[in-house]
Amino acid sequence: MNVVESFRIALRALGANKVRSALTMLGVIIGVAAVILLVAIGSGVQDEITGSIEGLGSNLVFVFAGNFEDGGGPGGGITIRRQFTLEDADLVQRRLDDRHAVVPIVQGPATLRVGNRTMRTTIAAGNEFSDTVFTSEYESGRGYRRSEVVAASRVVVIGSSVRDRLFPNQDPLGRTLNVSGQRFTVIGHVVAQGGSLTGDQDNQIYMPVTTAQRLLGSTDISSIVVKADTADEVDAVKHQVESILRPGFGDEFTVLTQDQTLGLFQAILGTLTFMLAGIAGISLLVGGIGIMNIMLVSVSERTREIGIRKAVGARTHDIMSQFVIEAVSLSVVGGVVGIALGAAGAAVLQQWVPTEVTVWAVGLAFTFSAAVGIFFGVYPAYKASRLDPIEALRYE
Amino acid sequence: MLEARSVSKCYHLGEVDVHALREVDLSICEGQMLSIMGPSGSGKSTLMHLIGLLDRPTSGSVVVEGEEVSRMTPNELAAVRNRRIGFVFQSFNLLSRTTALANVELPLVYAGVSGSERTRRARAALERVGLADRLGHLPNQLSGGQQQRVAIARALVTDPSIVLADEPTGNLDSSSGVEVMNILQELNEHGITVVIVTHDDDVARHSERIVHIRDGRIVRDEAVTARILAAEVERPATTGSDEPGGVGL
Ligand SMILES: Nc1ncnc2c1ncn2[C@@H]1O[C@H](COP(=O)(O)OP(=O)(O)OP(=O)(O)O)[C@@H](O)[C@H]1O
Ligand SMILES: [Mg+2]
Repeated sequence: MNVVESFRIALRALGANKVRSALTMLGVIIGVAAVILLVAIGSGVQDEITGSIEGLGSNLVFVFAGNFEDGGGPGGGITIRRQFTLEDADLVQRRLDDRHAVVPIVQGPATLRVGNRTMRTTIAAGNEFSDTVFTSEYESGRGYRRSEVVAASRVVVIGSSVRDRLFPNQDPLGRTLNVSGQRFTVIGHVVAQGGSLTGDQDNQIYMPVTTAQRLLGSTDISSIVVKADTADEVDAVKHQVESILRPGFGDEFTVLTQDQTLGLFQAILGTLTFMLAGIAGISLLVGGIGIMNIMLVSVSERTREIGIRKAVGARTHDIMSQFVIEAVSLSVVGGVVGIALGAAGAAVLQQWVPTEVTVWAVGLAFTFSAAVGIFFGVYPAYKASRLDPIEALRYE
Repeated sequence: MLEARSVSKCYHLGEVDVHALREVDLSICEGQMLSIMGPSGSGKSTLMHLIGLLDRPTSGSVVVEGEEVSRMTPNELAAVRNRRIGFVFQSFNLLSRTTALANVELPLVYAGVSGSERTRRARAALERVGLADRLGHLPNQLSGGQQQRVAIARALVTDPSIVLADEPTGNLDSSSGVEVMNILQELNEHGITVVIVTHDDDVARHSERIVHIRDGRIVRDEAVTARILAAEVERPATTGSDEPGGVGL
């Protein structure tokens, strides 16, 4: 008996019990849809974070206080014994070749108020090189200048969401903005970056690092960013920065290139994606157990049929393949429907979370669901194929 | 051609041993039409299953054309059943939710006959048993006699050398019974060995030899002197008489 024949028999049997087949498939459908959806979210987030790190500019080297190798990653529970100050950034700037731009970064929270509108936001502060290093684009106005950095002027550049919230349908340039109780003048307004996760960038305000230090009441800086002049020099700059800071800080600082930062995030998010896939995989496994259960029921219900088939000459593998194909059809059809449903769900979720349905996730889900069908179908099919013809015919 | 040598079949039910067959010797020649008779529970069906290679004896051997059955694997037995043996079961044993045509095609599916050839042969077998107009009917849309004839069509579709029929007329009225016996006798005329299991003497006398069995033992083996020919019984019935006569089924 050939495979086509086995398929015809299996499909006819499934068609005879439509509701039961559909319910059994539902287990696989939900499992596969969950795999597709969760992996799509994982990959989407990964893509967006990759995009936003790359979008920061190119050839960047990030310098953080504290030794990440002790802890695990940025914010990964490391103890920072000593923060950088503006002097450290100056030292790096002076000792490095002029072609490389050095930006001290300060970040902190702030409350904004215009008239009776208020909002909470994050300050990102740098120096006159910020615009070139981070390749900022202005919707209108300009960035802060060297003189304003030196004088710690109360000038502020706002992100597009901040503008929309505080100056709806108005030109914000030249307007007064109250930042944590101090009066600032809006001098620029950056182009919307988009992206739902990193929408934070649109939700930020930008000001000179010196101004931010005064506002936050601290002489620390959060990090130092260096933009190497050319891509070839990134590694050299990294090593130079390390040797510049080593006398003052020993091992208590970390220099990461943009690629390393990217790698770090990708490793974390990759693990996360696999974990999500694993959790979804468990529900697929449950779906598989559902298939096994229904196949066992089906085998005992159809004992007589098996007896008849054997009496007229069905061999062990004929019966075996009939039932395995039945189980695999359930799981594969369930898999295909689940993939379609997961992809549709991912498209809908796109409004709130970045999602990306990847080929490997689809391939994995499909292969896995077929494997589930085979794995959970083999035992019932084996049971069926071993039935004694006479006992099977006698079965009521 | 078909021999049972000292076969016994014993079922263990808890403490009790049920001896369905005790050291039965039986040889059936090619082209013979034979009835196995006996009261209920005497072991007729058990014997038929053994010589039909559906079951294995507890002791003794079944030899088909010189080959010992107990040495064959289940798959080899299935292949022999498929090619050489046709079964007609007492309870029809058709696949429900499957048309008459598909039921008759079933043995050919496992013989590896291709689709169109299969349909052609199944159709011919159904025509032979007079069911050419019932191809697409499901078993529950057929009368008992029609179902039994579908079962016979299924038994003969593979051109077997032996047809085994267990109580082929047991569930049928007298005229359907006569039709079925007529088909079996026709098959036998074409050289097919026919074995009929029955507890009815009139049915048994359609064959040329009757083996009487009681409590798992063969008690008598007789040649039929006044053989009933179903074709002759049937004729008056189809020409108007209400009483088929002869076969009191
Ligand atoms: N699977 C089984 N388990 C236990 N005992 C069995 C089994 N099959 C048959 N027997 C016993 O074997 C004996 C013979 O059974 P068998 O079916 O051959 O009788 P039979 O002659 O065909 O009877 P009937 O005319 O009623 O069909 C019976 O006593 C029956 O109880
Ligand atoms: Mg019986």
